[in-house]
Amino acid sequence: MTETSPAPVSNIAALPLDQLDAPPLTLGRLAWLRFRRHKMALAGMALLGLLILYCVGGGFVFSEKYANYNDTSLALQPPSAAHWFGTDTIGRDILARTIYGGQISLLIGLTAVILEVSAGIVVGALAGYFGGWVDNLLMRFTEAILIIPQIFLLLVMAKFFAGDIPDINFLGREFSGSVIVIVVIIGLTSWPYLARIVRAEFLSLKESEFILAARATGTSTPEIIFLHILPNCIAPIVVSATLGVANAITLEAYISFLGLGVRPPTATWGNMLEGAYNYIESAYWMWLFPGLLILFIVLAINFVGDGLRDALDPRSRAV
Amino acid sequence: MARYILRRILQGIPLIFIVSLVLFVLMQNMGDPLATMGGRSVTRKEDRERLARQMGLDQPVIVQYLFWLAGNDWSKVDFDGDGLAESYGTRRGVLRGDFGYSLVARQPAMEVIASRIPNTLILMLTSEFIVIVGALLIGVYSALKQYSLLDNLVTTFSFVGYSMPIFFLALSLMYIFAVNFKRWGLPYLPTVGMYDPRVGSTPGQVLLHMILPVAAIAVNSFSAYSRYIRSTMLEALNQDYVRTARSKGLPRREIIFIHALKNASLPIVTIVGLDLPFLLGGALVTERIFAWPGMGRLFIDHVSRGDTPVVMGILMLIAVSVVFFQILTDIVYAWLDPRIRYD
Repeated sequence: MTETSPAPVSNIAALPLDQLDAPPLTLGRLAWLRFRRHKMALAGMALLGLLILYCVGGGFVFSEKYANYNDTSLALQPPSAAHWFGTDTIGRDILARTIYGGQISLLIGLTAVILEVSAGIVVGALAGYFGGWVDNLLMRFTEAILIIPQIFLLLVMAKFFAGDIPDINFLGREFSGSVIVIVVIIGLTSWPYLARIVRAEFLSLKESEFILAARATGTSTPEIIFLHILPNCIAPIVVSATLGVANAITLEAYISFLGLGVRPPTATWGNMLEGAYNYIESAYWMWLFPGLLILFIVLAINFVGDGLRDALDPRSRAV
Repeated sequence: MARYILRRILQGIPLIFIVSLVLFVLMQNMGDPLATMGGRSVTRKEDRERLARQMGLDQPVIVQYLFWLAGNDWSKVDFDGDGLAESYGTRRGVLRGDFGYSLVARQPAMEVIASRIPNTLILMLTSEFIVIVGALLIGVYSALKQYSLLDNLVTTFSFVGYSMPIFFLALSLMYIFAVNFKRWGLPYLPTVGMYDPRVGSTPGQVLLHMILPVAAIAVNSFSAYSRYIRSTMLEALNQDYVRTARSKGLPRREIIFIHALKNASLPIVTIVGLDLPFLLGGALVTERIFAWPGMGRLFIDHVSRGDTPVVMGILMLIAVSVVFFQILTDIVYAWLDPRIRYD
């Protein structure tokens, strides 16, 4: 026998990738296919798009000066052709203020979540990867923060940082310095939940064989943590970050509603509601419109987050 | 088990100390306690210095913390404010149950707090009870009739209720059931306070004033429970022992309520147990809107006036009960579920 028998040929394996009838789906594509089935998530996405358009596009219709302009002779006007959403106690146009307030609320939601996610990943990754006393120390610290209800902690911290913070100029606009305070304190009190999720993922992933292989080939520890383990636990992080935006917007609204949040003239959906309950009988438009917008954005983000959870992380069903 | 409990308690104690220290440091910038005490009259500079010395506010934070914790009757303090520490203090410290005097109310902080606890518990326990019973009914029904019309309706409704910021919910309820019902000449619900001062604090009045705040809290926290019960119930119904029970010919009712629900409710015990201590803190926003004289409102009022003894008292009360209930929940869970053994 001089000739070796030909290797068994499989039709599928022999085909180059681009000749396959159905090329293998990427993770993103798979996630999108699953996400698409979630009708409420798609509706949430559309609603979110509309709200962002409202806040950003509205900025071209009204100027910020107009939103902060007050004419006390026009105070507490009901909705009319001139002021679609009516005017507030000192005669500012509520429609224009919801547009600029929405921008700030969204900005606070996004930046607070960036802070939350960074802190959560660092703490969770260190605790989960190194274990031992590092884990012990970081988790006790996490527990300590979780002992006090977040809203109580936020009020104490808002009061603590409520000194004279100068207004800041960002992207050519003036912001009340209290915006930064709110972002920082929401970020600082929200990360423990995320840190626990990341830690749990790290605990199970660090035992897997590809990490053993990475270690055996001499990969450095930061590289293992950030390039090998972290990308594998991106799904729960994305989901809780999405839901975190809604949470941060609500929390901002709570603190501002209680009068310790973002200070006027900078509008947010939360501080537009401050004191509005005194006008519950006489001026429903003062709380109805900002309140509805908060409800819509939180609802939209929660639906998207719910869809993302089903799409990215089918193992962890919504509870 | 006893060793496990002991270890948990030993872990919990340093946690509470750390929390108290961090909070105490945060309190240092809460506002000017001397201005709070002075009320509307402006305090003179000399008076301020004397007061600060008398109250020990000129001491370093760590000393103030120590005095707060362990009292100052073992140390010489400056009682008359002349700059010389000459007599022993009178504070007995938190460890011996003395939370100091409220700067606003001028009475022991614990008395101020204790007077609010019943009000908060009436409100919060009622809502919690309604939420649990409602969520059990709805959750079990949704699990049995998965994807039915009512299941979908309830899921959507509870999702909206959960996403709704509680102040918006509260204001809407107020607007519909108090303002508009009054306008339309229907029997309307009261909006603020615990009772009508003209009638007095009768059970009927309190009940009437509770309807709106309880509804707001219940709608808001309903979905977390009902979704949880739905999923644990679904899981239980798919277990082998449920199939066995079915093939044995047990009545359906017995399978659902005795076999499935009993096991499905185990994780719920944990959720409820961990939530209970937070009820003590009351509902900040709800109590504020409905002017309910509970802990949440007490907290907001005293935070904004920088009344450290009361604020610290409330926070420590919550912290201790959270740790206590965490341990208690673990014990109850181990007792209910024989598969779990802590050793």
